[in-house]
Amino acid sequence: MAAQGLRGDDGYVEQPERWPPWTHEPSGRRPHGPFGRQGPFGPNGPFGPRGPFGPNGPFGVSGPHERHDPEGYTGGPFRRELSGSLGGGLAAGLAARRHLSVKKVRILFAVLAVVTWGVGVALYVAGWLLIPASGTDQSIGSRAKSDAGGIRLAIGVASLMVLILLVAGLAGDAFITSWIWPQVLSVAGLVLIWRNAPAEEQATLRRLAEPLQSGAGPAQRKRRSQIRMTIAVVLLIGGVVALFTPKASVTAVRPVVGVVLVIAAVVAFLGPWWVRIARDLAQERQARVRAEERADIAARVHDSVLQTLALIQRRADDPQKVVQLARMQERELRSWLFEGRAPGEIDENLTFAGGVRQIQQDVEARHGVPVEAVTVGDCGLDDNLNALLGAAREATVNAAKWSGAGVISLFAEVEAGEVSIVVRDRGKGFDPAAVPEDRKGLAESVHGRMTRRGGSVILNSVQGEGTKVTLTMPRSAAQPVGRK
Amino acid sequence: MSAPRVVLVDDHGLFRSGVRAELGRQVDVVGEADDVQPAIELITSLRPDVVLLDVHLPGGGGQAVIQAVKTSHPQVRFLALSASDAPEDVIAVIRAGARGYVTKTISTAELADAVRRVAAGDAVFSHRLAGFVLDAFAATAAEASGSSGASGAPGSSGASGIRPSFDPELDQLTAREREVLRLIAQGYTYKEIARELYISVKTVESHVSSVLRKLQLSTRHQLTRWAAERRLA
Repeated sequence: MAAQGLRGDDGYVEQPERWPPWTHEPSGRRPHGPFGRQGPFGPNGPFGPRGPFGPNGPFGVSGPHERHDPEGYTGGPFRRELSGSLGGGLAAGLAARRHLSVKKVRILFAVLAVVTWGVGVALYVAGWLLIPASGTDQSIGSRAKSDAGGIRLAIGVASLMVLILLVAGLAGDAFITSWIWPQVLSVAGLVLIWRNAPAEEQATLRRLAEPLQSGAGPAQRKRRSQIRMTIAVVLLIGGVVALFTPKASVTAVRPVVGVVLVIAAVVAFLGPWWVRIARDLAQERQARVRAEERADIAARVHDSVLQTLALIQRRADDPQKVVQLARMQERELRSWLFEGRAPGEIDENLTFAGGVRQIQQDVEARHGVPVEAVTVGDCGLDDNLNALLGAAREATVNAAKWSGAGVISLFAEVEAGEVSIVVRDRGKGFDPAAVPEDRKGLAESVHGRMTRRGGSVILNSVQGEGTKVTLTMPRSAAQPVGRK
Repeated sequence: MSAPRVVLVDDHGLFRSGVRAELGRQVDVVGEADDVQPAIELITSLRPDVVLLDVHLPGGGGQAVIQAVKTSHPQVRFLALSASDAPEDVIAVIRAGARGYVTKTISTAELADAVRRVAAGDAVFSHRLAGFVLDAFAATAAEASGSSGASGAPGSSGASGIRPSFDPELDQLTAREREVLRLIAQGYTYKEIARELYISVKTVESHVSSVLRKLQLSTRHQLTRWAAERRLA
């Protein structure tokens, strides 16, 4: 875990514009769980800002909370949303994708289940089985394929149901049987889900099955649920009788009374359970928000303070270095605590000269090589200049790491038509043609970055004399700062 | 040429003794002072070749020393030395008459070299000073080309009696001077600049001296204004 640190000698990531997301996980939390960092609402989850269904994703509707993601996300399929789900999370997933309220989608599903004579329920189970949960790539179905025992069990249960239904169908009512037929598939699907779902989804299933096992539990609860069940059974019998008695006195009113009684039975039986589920969900959501805040703080402290403390311990024999580290950390911590700016994040009000100073400070602090920075003029930042700063940072870090020079000079000048940065060292120099292919630092992060935005790179390096990298970027219409 | 006679003016005793110990063999350190008044007295009595002058002194700053001494002793040359980097302070000392500016992080060899250079009448620009000067002249050039800025901010310049004017001779750097300053700002030595631009070291020196002259003699109110803006920023 600590290897994710930002300040390891080689693990340090030099590009501030793509600071790695916080990867620290408090113990006991699964990174891929629905509530984890990689989960649906985490920054990288499908419903997070960068996910496919997030505001910037291909399926997302650009919402008011837009966040620019230069990387983009190249699409992804529909996923089940587990957090806050009642069943398989299909409704929640669809709601998040379409930016609808979950409640509306659930009502829609319920209506569909009724008007399709129960086929909707079977389809729901099929969706549960075949659509991967958010944050994962594998559906339960793909795991179930290799579960031969589960398949046998599902087929067994389904065929048993078919038998019962066939027998019942000889005597029974067409309404009931047509409703229940699709449930053969549902039950078979549920069996497969039960056997192959990950732990959290099994918990959901257990919750769904809870009323069926309400006979168990503490004595008091048991008695209460027995009373409830008695009432429910009485109501249900009344309703069913009303519905199916062929010779009722008032023929027209009969179905209505029956339906009302059946619904009353269901409410009496399941009502308290529904209330509890709703309460649990709300609590769970609050707990998740708190846990996420905590994780965020822990991650930041880990990446900044703890890393610095570790560095200080390692360099305890060098008082100057210790002071330097402590100062840098203080600056970082202050800017996070009091200005709300995360370490490494680029300040939105930062100007070009400020960006150059930041490179100077960071490289001095992290690589221990003094950087003499001179800036002439200043202006606001845009994408071009951010790219220029990124390239300059890479070039400076390269010089600090490889040149062996005692000091690196960084000269930045803002002119009317262009902005240039010169990174120069008097180190050992190198032959640009001899750089191995796998060392992409200069080629990609410096050259690629500059040329993609219409800038240019001139590299002069003489072995034994030093290296000079001249970066020039044309200016867009940005106005200079601090001058009239 | 004999070793130049040097007076150190700095309010930090530790720093003075350090410089004295380091420079001792290469220059002749004849005296030390820790504030403006003692420095003026010391310089008038010793008449050194070069005064190494701290930009920040408790009793009024380095420029006060230069202003008090330069009319009566024009042969005494000043090299400003500072740990702080507030550009307006540095420019103020240069405009008062110092012939160069180096930071306290400079190496002993370079400092000795700078002292010798100043004693010989040349200008010594550190990379930082070069940056400040480029910045100041870029600002004034931008202002001279745009007419809209001319009417504003008469306050500070009116007080010091300098009338707004624009003299291209003094108020603008030539392309060559700019090039030289850029290379200095990138940490090049005069010798390296000469090689880079295919000119002699003497020519580099004359370009730098010319920049120094412009910096000191230019009567632009813009320079004051530039400093004022920098202070605000």
